[in-house]
Amino acid sequence: MVIFKNRLRLLSLFCTLLAVLTVQAQSVNDSIASTETPVVATTTEEVEHHENHEEGGNKITAFIEHHLQDSHDFTFFSDEATGKHYGFSLPIILWDNGLKVFSSSKFHHGETVAGVDGNYYKLYHGKIYKTDAEGTITYDDHHHPTNAKPLDFSITKNVVSMLLVSIMLLFMFTSLAKSYKRGPIPTGFGRILEPLIIFIRDEVAIPNIGEKKYRKYMGYLLTVFFFIWLLNLLGMTPLGINVTGNIAITVCLALFTYVITQFSANKDYWGHIFWMPGVPVPMKIILAPIELLGTLTKPFALLVRLYANITAGHVVIMSLIAMIFVGKNLAADLPISLALTLFISVIELLVAFLQAFIFTMLSSLFIGMAVQDHHHEEHH
Amino acid sequence: MNIPMLVGAGLVVIGAGIGLGKIGGSAMNAIARQPEAAGKIQTAMIIIAALLEGLAFAALILGKA
Repeated sequence: MVIFKNRLRLLSLFCTLLAVLTVQAQSVNDSIASTETPVVATTTEEVEHHENHEEGGNKITAFIEHHLQDSHDFTFFSDEATGKHYGFSLPIILWDNGLKVFSSSKFHHGETVAGVDGNYYKLYHGKIYKTDAEGTITYDDHHHPTNAKPLDFSITKNVVSMLLVSIMLLFMFTSLAKSYKRGPIPTGFGRILEPLIIFIRDEVAIPNIGEKKYRKYMGYLLTVFFFIWLLNLLGMTPLGINVTGNIAITVCLALFTYVITQFSANKDYWGHIFWMPGVPVPMKIILAPIELLGTLTKPFALLVRLYANITAGHVVIMSLIAMIFVGKNLAADLPISLALTLFISVIELLVAFLQAFIFTMLSSLFIGMAVQDHHHEEHH
Repeated sequence: MNIPMLVGAGLVVIGAGIGLGKIGGSAMNAIARQPEAAGKIQTAMIIIAALLEGLAFAALILGKA
């Protein structure tokens, strides 16, 4: 059981890398969020009519959308009557002609302008813009802000969650590795972890990658499995964490699989992409771009699957809870809503495991496709 | 309401439903024929279901964007 000690170093390296890269991936998220078309109503009367009619529904939609986004402070709940938010603020780290570090409490949840060293910043729909002292934001024709955006390296809610999970993983696996020094049977929490590690090794890594080559990739597969699973489970708690339902994070995770697959690929793999054996030459030329595109669609499917599954799960659970507030008869709605929420929550517990498993499974499948030897070619 | 998008989403879900039904049905058949291979069949079934689901989700998300 010496293998776990070496894996630990890889594990910690990957956790750090994940955290760092995700901060940078925020810019990807920014650009995706900015391409979303805002809801434009044709006339103002229609807007007002709509708002009166579905004010509660709109509020719930806004709340759910806010939950799905990353945020610069950690709010557990808000008191609408007093306008008070309960939670804690997080550090804002900006690069704008020099490093600016301040607390997100300066924004007062987007209500005020934060002034730092003569520069003024305002929070608008979860993004930080540079403004003047009054906090004016100018818009273009599509109602997108035209203000300058400083580079945002803030420790946001998602980054805090990921750091938390990384620390949990490090703690769990260090204690497990240490327990193997005392004897072959793990003690305490390691008894839960060992079967899971064996499961990933015997059911995922070995059948897909192969007996000879699987060891090199166990570190990544185990890290990604426990990282996604723990984050999915944290998303089930009422803390308001939604990390794996954020496309920037899943892009990052899929990118790891993509890079590992491409860099561990042998010449058989590239041969099958650029010069498919066993087919006529014109077909080889047609197949090459298709196969090349295929290497990109695999990680794309990987990232979209995780993102969409977790997002869908969060939306469904929150909508079912919201049934309490849209209905008129509380006594009738409450039990139905609670029963449905419990039912979906139990399914989501399964989905949390399944998505982590599928991500690991497909990652090892892709790696296995890249490293396997093609013995059957001799028969052609 | 964006009617074409909703119709498209419905079509995607119908397609995914047919696909999942076929995968599940064949897996049930296979397990009934060879109960000892149930574990392997289940793993293969989940992988194919996940691939299909990825396609369906890709269509839904590209439709939304």
